[in-house]
Amino acid sequence: MTGEIVVPVVGLSALLPALVVVGAGGLVLLLDLLPPRASKAHLGTVALAGLVAALLVTVSRWGTDDRAFRDMVLLDNYALFFDVVICYAAALVVMLSMDYVGREGGESGEYYALVLFSTTGMLLLASAGDLIVVFLALELMSLSLYVLAGFFKTRLVSGEASMKYFLLGAFASSFLLYGIAMLYGATGSTNLDRIAGSPAARDGDPLYLVGLALLLVGFGFKISTVPFHMWAPDVYEGAPTSVTALIATGSKAAAFAALIRVLVVALRGLQPDWTALLWSLAVVTMTLGNLAALAQSNLKRMLAYSSIAHVGYMLVGLVAGGASGAGAVLFYLLAYTFTTIGAFGVLALCQRAGEEAVEVSEYAGLARRNPVLAATLALFLLSLIGIPPLAGFVAKFYLFGAAVRGGHVWLAVIAVLNSAVAAYYYLRVLVYMYMREPEAGGAGYVPSFAGGLALAIALIGVVALGVMPAPFADLAQGAVTPLLR
Amino acid sequence: MVPESYYLGLSATLFSIGVVGVIVRRNPLVMFMSIELMLNAANLALVAFGHRLGSPDGQVLVFFVMAVAAAEVAVGLAIIVTIFRLRRRLSVDDLNLMRW
Repeated sequence: MTGEIVVPVVGLSALLPALVVVGAGGLVLLLDLLPPRASKAHLGTVALAGLVAALLVTVSRWGTDDRAFRDMVLLDNYALFFDVVICYAAALVVMLSMDYVGREGGESGEYYALVLFSTTGMLLLASAGDLIVVFLALELMSLSLYVLAGFFKTRLVSGEASMKYFLLGAFASSFLLYGIAMLYGATGSTNLDRIAGSPAARDGDPLYLVGLALLLVGFGFKISTVPFHMWAPDVYEGAPTSVTALIATGSKAAAFAALIRVLVVALRGLQPDWTALLWSLAVVTMTLGNLAALAQSNLKRMLAYSSIAHVGYMLVGLVAGGASGAGAVLFYLLAYTFTTIGAFGVLALCQRAGEEAVEVSEYAGLARRNPVLAATLALFLLSLIGIPPLAGFVAKFYLFGAAVRGGHVWLAVIAVLNSAVAAYYYLRVLVYMYMREPEAGGAGYVPSFAGGLALAIALIGVVALGVMPAPFADLAQGAVTPLLR
Repeated sequence: MVPESYYLGLSATLFSIGVVGVIVRRNPLVMFMSIELMLNAANLALVAFGHRLGSPDGQVLVFFVMAVAAAEVAVGLAIIVTIFRLRRRLSVDDLNLMRW
């Protein structure tokens, strides 16, 4: 008797970007054990090479519609768009980390491996076509980030950030999982397309509604909407600045990718319900985020609250709905990623008396000491306010325009008023940098080739998106079409 | 034969106990145990639904969740141990370096 093992045909091409990144992660772990043991800088280069390769793979596959594992993993334009954003964010974070992590103590191979593994989770999250994959990818991303947040093992704030992030993140994941269980019970499937097509979707089964609510709680934690935002300021403040940049951009983009796909594809039958819910979430999130940011003197904390407010703006686009709303959210995420990485990047490269400079007052007179760095930070902050001709302005323009076209004029008005409030706390930093006398021993630039290059790339991105947004906006619109078929 | 709705009731109860545990208790280990309880409540619901629907998807999902929960335990305990080494005390009330 010949027992033949039949190997099922699995198309791995749909997983290619994630495979490249996870492969680079494994390679980093392996090389970590080989000499040279003293310096780990070369591992950063390996990680960067892996991310750039994934970026190239992603760009080369634009326009495909790959599916694998019975539609559990999808590689359509939507996923590819997010893959570009995520790989880009992760690559800049690795470049910023190269000198930062070594300087602040604790450079090691695991750092880069964990960044790559969490990036893998983010890529899978963007490609998820099934709630099982959503859960697994979210956990892969989060578990790596919990460890990264506490990477400076001897610092109490880092440990505290890690613990808070872990406890609240795991709490949120169990809500998400319970929501998945409810949706499975209501529809008999975990596949997004089959959930949308099930009869429960039309009858308004109570289990289905409970599932939606629990899913929104779980995702709300991950993208930090009010009232599930409590962890964000503490984690952003306590985590290493490079990791904060990754949490604020990559993980947020990935969670948004999954949230939009789940809402627009699987739960399209409940659109009136989740639109109403997201309307109020958007208003509360942007208002509370901006008001709390006004009171902050710590820059990392201020940027944390500001990123909560930006999530509120992005929810406006989801409420607006349709191709223009979803496309505007994607464009906003792209602009937000360029800008936020840059802002945190400047913080990562500034030091005062051997410590990280995070207080606004430490940046007094920076323009006198280092005009280039001050101008860079100023441009990022102006883009966050939404001043033309920078990326933030165009992104807000598309977003609020979509809201008005969708008939949500009041929501757009509230969002614009919020942007005006936000200008105050961003401009305060500019006032400190340009109009205050420099303090003795204020924040100074720590030379770093890779970090400087990362800032330059982010800056070019912010300006390019602002000056010629049309091609990128077309890409974002093209990316959402696979969802709205 | 126990009706399937009993299992769902038990699952909802376990989940609620878990939520209350996380909110009320102050020891990170106990909070973490409560989170595990919530995950297992979801597992029970998945198995019950899978049985009703006659599809294996629910049971398979439970295996994934167990694996994830194991990974979560490893990471969670490591974080708790790191904090304990620095502080020699274990209560979330001590995590107050950063607020507002």
